[in-house]
Amino acid sequence: MSSILVQVIVGGLLLGAVYALFSSGLTLIWGMMNIVNFAHGDFVMLGMYVAFVVWTVLGVGPFVGAPVAALVLATLGIIVYFGLIRSVMKGPMLAQILGTFGLALLLRYSVFWGFGANFLTLPADVVGGTYDVLGIKLQASRLLAGVVALLVTLGLHLLLTRTSLGSKMLAVAEDATAAQLMGIRPDGMQAIAWAIAAGATGLAGALIATFFYISPTVGETLGIVAFVTVSLGGFGSVPGALMAGLLIGVIESVSAYWIGAVYKDIVVYTLFLCFLWFRPQGLMGKM
Amino acid sequence: MKLKHIVGLLSAVAMSAVIAGSASAQDKTVKIGAIFPLSGNAASAGVHAKAAIETAVEIINNGNPALGNLPVTKNAGLKGLGGAKVEVVFADNQGSPATGQNQALRLITEEKVVALTGAYQSGITLTASAIAEKYAIPYVNGESVAANLTERGFKWFFRTTPVAGDFAKIYLDFLKEMKAGGQKVDNVALVHENTEYGTSVANVITALFKENGLPIAQDIAYSANTTDVQSQVLQLKDKKPDVVIMISYTSDAILYAKTFQALDYKPPMMIADNAGYSDPSTLKAVGKSIQGIFNRSSFAIGAAGTPTYLINEIYKKKSGGDDLDDTAARQMQGFFVLVDAIDRAGSTEPAKIQAALKATDLKPDQLIMGYKGVKFDEKGQNVLAAGLVIQLQDGENYVPVWPKQLAKTAPVFPYKGW
Repeated sequence: MSSILVQVIVGGLLLGAVYALFSSGLTLIWGMMNIVNFAHGDFVMLGMYVAFVVWTVLGVGPFVGAPVAALVLATLGIIVYFGLIRSVMKGPMLAQILGTFGLALLLRYSVFWGFGANFLTLPADVVGGTYDVLGIKLQASRLLAGVVALLVTLGLHLLLTRTSLGSKMLAVAEDATAAQLMGIRPDGMQAIAWAIAAGATGLAGALIATFFYISPTVGETLGIVAFVTVSLGGFGSVPGALMAGLLIGVIESVSAYWIGAVYKDIVVYTLFLCFLWFRPQGLMGKM
Repeated sequence: MKLKHIVGLLSAVAMSAVIAGSASAQDKTVKIGAIFPLSGNAASAGVHAKAAIETAVEIINNGNPALGNLPVTKNAGLKGLGGAKVEVVFADNQGSPATGQNQALRLITEEKVVALTGAYQSGITLTASAIAEKYAIPYVNGESVAANLTERGFKWFFRTTPVAGDFAKIYLDFLKEMKAGGQKVDNVALVHENTEYGTSVANVITALFKENGLPIAQDIAYSANTTDVQSQVLQLKDKKPDVVIMISYTSDAILYAKTFQALDYKPPMMIADNAGYSDPSTLKAVGKSIQGIFNRSSFAIGAAGTPTYLINEIYKKKSGGDDLDDTAARQMQGFFVLVDAIDRAGSTEPAKIQAALKATDLKPDQLIMGYKGVKFDEKGQNVLAAGLVIQLQDGENYVPVWPKQLAKTAPVFPYKGW
C-alpha cells in the first residue's frame, strides 16, 4: 500500500472521529426524548464562536476554549429545554421539527448580526502543528479532536450504563410516567440530558474550530453529516455514532482519492441507503 | 370658532398639497434591484458587494466632484432625470439559483425596479437574468465570469467584467513568459469547484491551454460546501504538478489553505482565480498560509488622493474597515455603468436604458477598474475589459507583478506558502 493511500485512510479516520464527536450530542437527545434537534449544527457553530471569542479575549487556545464552550452551550441547552422543548414536546411531531428548525435559524442569524458574515479562523498554531510518523502527517488539532471524540463517547456511554444518574435518564427515556411513579422527575432528567448533549456539542465545536473555518452558516455544512452519522450509527446509540463517523470518514476520503471528490457524496449516500435497506435501525440501534 | 377651524383645516390641506407636490418632484427616485448572496456560504462576498453598491449610491446621490471624470458623480442625483436619486432594493439569493430567480421576479413585478444588477455566483446570475430577459428589464452584471452568460442571445443582459476566456489568456501568456524566464510550467493541475463558475472557467482554461500545447495534466473537481479536502490535496501531492490553478469560493479556499499546510504540500507555483482568494476574509483568515500565490485582478486602490483611493475611504466606512477588493470593485463598476446609462437615457423606460447601454463608450479615465474602457458587443459583453496578474507576496496585500508595464514589483518564485 502506498504511503499516500495510508495517509488518505489516516486522514479519513481523523475526519471520522470529528464527525463522531459532533454527532454524539444529537444521538443523545434522540435517545433521551425522541426529538430530532435540527439546531444541532448551529450548536456546533456556537461552540466554534465561543472558542474564537475565548481566543480573541484571553489569547488562549482550546484547552480553555473547549471547556468554556461546553459550559456555555450546556447552559444554553437548559434554557432551550425549559424555554422551547418542554412545550413543543406536548405538541404534534411537526411542531417539534419546526420548533428546533426555527431555533436553528434564530441562532444562525443572531450570530450573523453579532459577528457579521466574514469567515474567521483560529491561528494555525493554536494547537501545535503537524506530527510526522513514518512519513504520515498527523495534524495535531485533528488528533486532539479524535482523542476527545473517543473520550466523550466513552464517557457518555459509561454515564448512561454505569451511573445512577444514567439509569434515571434511561428510565425517563423508556417511560416518563413510570419513572415519575418511581420518584424520578422527568423534567430534571431531560434538562440534564439537554445540558450534557449541548455541552458535548459545544466542546465539539470548539475543537473543530482549531482546523476549520468559522462562519454563521457552518452549521448547515456540518449538520447534514451529523444526521447521516446518527442514522447510520443507530438513533440513540453513542458508540454507534462513533463507529458510523469513522466509517463515513474513511469512505469519503478513499472514494474522493480514488474516484474523485465530486463523487464521494454519491458513494457515501448510496452505501448509506443500501445499508439502511438491510438494517433500518442502523449499526447499533434498537428496532 | 368654527370658521377658524375650517380655515385652519383648509390651509393645512393646501399646505400639505404644496409640500406633497414639491416632495414628489424632489423625491423622484430611480429604483434598481440588486441580488446578492447576503446569507448562505458566500455571504461574506455578498455583504462586501452590498457595501460596494451602497458606496456608489452615496456618491451618486450626494455628488462628489473630487472623483475626476467618473460619470454621474459630479452633482447630486442624476442630471439627466432632473436630479432624481437612486434607490437600490437589495435581495438575498441565499446561494441558490432558484431563490435568485424568485428574487428577480419579485424585484421586477412587486418592487417595480427599472433595472437589475448582481448576482455574484455565475450559476445564479444565469437564472436571475433569464427573468429580466423575459420581462424586458435591463440587467447589468459586473462580476460573474462564466462564459455562457453572454452566449445566450439575450438582448437585455450586459456584462462589464472580463470573462473566463480573458483570464485564461492572461494566465497562459503569464505562464509562457515565466517559462521563457526559466520556470517549469509544463505540468498544470486545475482544482475547481463544481458549479457554473468553477466548471466553466476550468473548461475555458483547459481548451485554451490545450490549443497552445500546454495540456492540463490533472483536473480535480469538488463541491464548494465540502467538509474536507484532504484527498484532493493528496491527489496533487501524488502527481506533483509544476503549477496548480485554484478556482474556488471563500469557504473552500480557506479549507484548502489549511489542508495544504497540514499535509505539508507546496507546489512550485500556485495561481488562484479571484473569487474566494480575493475575499478579504480569506486573506485575514489564511493570508499568511498562502504567501506567494498569484491571482488575477483589474483593480488597484491607488495612491492617496486618486479617485479609487477616495472611493475606498468611503467604502471602508460601510464594510467595517475592509478595503475594496477586486470582486466588490467590479460589482461597483457594473453598477456605475448601469446608472450612467440611465442618466444618459434621461428616462426610466427599460427600452431607453437598453439603448443607452448599447451606446455606452466609457474611456479608462471614466472607470474605477483598470479596463481599457467599457463598450458592449452585440452579445452584451464588454470588449474592452482587461486584467493583470497580482501576487500575495507578504500574505496581506496583493501587488501587481505582470505584465511588466503595469507591474509594481517582479514575481517571486517559488511559492512560499506559510
